[in-house]
Amino acid sequence: MGWFKRFTDGIQTATKNKKEAPDGLWHKCKSCNETFTFKELKDNFFICPKCDYHNRIGSHDYFDLIFDGKFHLHFEELKSKDFLSFTDLKPYDERLTAAKEKTGLGDAITVAEGKVAKKTLVVAAMDFTFIGGSMGSVVGEKISRGIDLALSLKCPFMIISKSGGARMMESAFSLMQMAKTSAKLTLLAKAGLPYFSFMTDPTTGGVTASFAMLGDVNFSEPKALIGFAGPRVIKETIKKDLPEGFQRSEFLLEHGFLDFIVHRSELQKRMKELMLIFKKDNQTTPTEAQQTA
Amino acid sequence: MVFLEFEKPLEKLYEQLDKINQIAEDGDIDVSDKVAELEQKIAKRKKEIYSNLTGWQKVQLSRHPERPYTLHYIEGMCKSFIELHGDRAFGDDTAIVGGIGIINDTSVVIIGHQKGVNTKLRQYRNFGMANPEGYRKALRLMKLAERFNMPVVTLIDTPGAFPGLEAEERGQAEAIARNLFEMAQLRVPILCYVIGEGASGGALGIGLGDRIFMMENTWYSVISPESCSSILWRSWDYKEQAAESLKLTPAHMLEFGLIDEIIKEPVGGAHNDKDKIIKTLKSHIKKELNNLASKNIDTLIDERIAKYAKMGEFTVAK
Ligand SMILES: [Zn+2]
Repeated sequence: MGWFKRFTDGIQTATKNKKEAPDGLWHKCKSCNETFTFKELKDNFFICPKCDYHNRIGSHDYFDLIFDGKFHLHFEELKSKDFLSFTDLKPYDERLTAAKEKTGLGDAITVAEGKVAKKTLVVAAMDFTFIGGSMGSVVGEKISRGIDLALSLKCPFMIISKSGGARMMESAFSLMQMAKTSAKLTLLAKAGLPYFSFMTDPTTGGVTASFAMLGDVNFSEPKALIGFAGPRVIKETIKKDLPEGFQRSEFLLEHGFLDFIVHRSELQKRMKELMLIFKKDNQTTPTEAQQTA
Repeated sequence: MVFLEFEKPLEKLYEQLDKINQIAEDGDIDVSDKVAELEQKIAKRKKEIYSNLTGWQKVQLSRHPERPYTLHYIEGMCKSFIELHGDRAFGDDTAIVGGIGIINDTSVVIIGHQKGVNTKLRQYRNFGMANPEGYRKALRLMKLAERFNMPVVTLIDTPGAFPGLEAEERGQAEAIARNLFEMAQLRVPILCYVIGEGASGGALGIGLGDRIFMMENTWYSVISPESCSSILWRSWDYKEQAAESLKLTPAHMLEFGLIDEIIKEPVGGAHNDKDKIIKTLKSHIKKELNNLASKNIDTLIDERIAKYAKMGEFTVAK
């Protein structure tokens, strides 16, 4: 019950990324405009008590929510660099520094290892607050190393996606992270280790078109924006208004691209179920099953 | 002949050449000296122009309306070719073509983006922007290649995967992701050639392989310079600057280790001598397939994955 423990026992892992604010502070819901205290909101998994809107939360919030208790971070030593000297309205270098300061995070993804239902799980979770959760070399490398870690621990792997897509400031390198992460995921499949892909608002662009859509089980939070092209681009292309609910979780479920949608308050329970169902000591291991097939 | 903006100085010289030839024809005058002089001038000017192309100029050349497209290459290279249609699930995408054929006595599967050669056909080919069924057709053909031990050759030339409503409904992202996953483990050699535009996931969706090549006047990037300008500069006016910043030229891509080799084009671009570029590509495919033929397939796949695993630039803090 890591989620509740954090608020009763005080902060366990210090990061500016967590939704920390004085309990008495008021928060106005982006979706229904109703106001709540910060405490009311956090006691409800940062879901609006009135309209069920799932406010965006960070990687560490998910770690607290999913893991049985403690978890270890991995690969924090990997840092993005401005190797192309990319400058648009602002140098990439400055954007990186500002993002690190604002979020207290190393990059747009954090990898943690912990237990769920007493079984080991490696989770890579993205943070939208870090340059829009964009995928650059570090995001790809951390996923790649997270996969290696899961392979060495012979445990399942999970990615929690939350991203606007590729990090343009790393140009073709960011594009190639799609190939890199997808190629590495095949190693998990070969080893018979499950990969869970959990999509949260928003999951778009190159992230969706690579690891996010490749889960053995694909699932998402309610009403998350999930797509390849952004809604604005599509609207400009077809010169028509987009239908209500287009590219939202429910739309993807209906069209066959998600296995299920899970309410944030049910996530921990669902993860435990998944971990128990995909147990290692099932009658036949996947490799044996393949051999007899 | 179509001249791009930076080719305008050539247009004048060609006009002069035409005029002189006309005079010669009309008056039966010997103009060979004058013609030789002009031709020399043109050659010199071409060298100046094409040896120093900016990123944006490469982008323009890659989009030249007279440039050869996938079906030109297939027709020119294959002794025999049968186009295969459809993804067996939804439909046939005209923006990606593919089929089985013989190049240099080797049976291969060739897949490529296809643009149209005139206004009507450009529409028909959706400007080379594929829908999910295009990527799924490509995957079906790659699986066929695997079953019958034929190498796969892909020709990349797209301004991007189509950003349409139906494309999203039918899972554009899933289709591209699935191809990346399957291509990583495909049990036959895969050669990928960027023959025009290499824009983003739409290009990569048929672009994961053992060897990646770019023709000289092409580009490969995570986003087109125009879209990059509109997002990062919040205006469409910075496409030239975006093209520079993105470092999208073949030379950059080679320097970064993201591609294996640059295929030289005829002076002025592939469209200036289509027979020549087709011959170049054909013999290049032969050479590369020979190189890969002796490799154990498991080794090849391990190397393929290791190659992509290495792609990325970052620092490791102590
Ligand atoms: Zn609300």
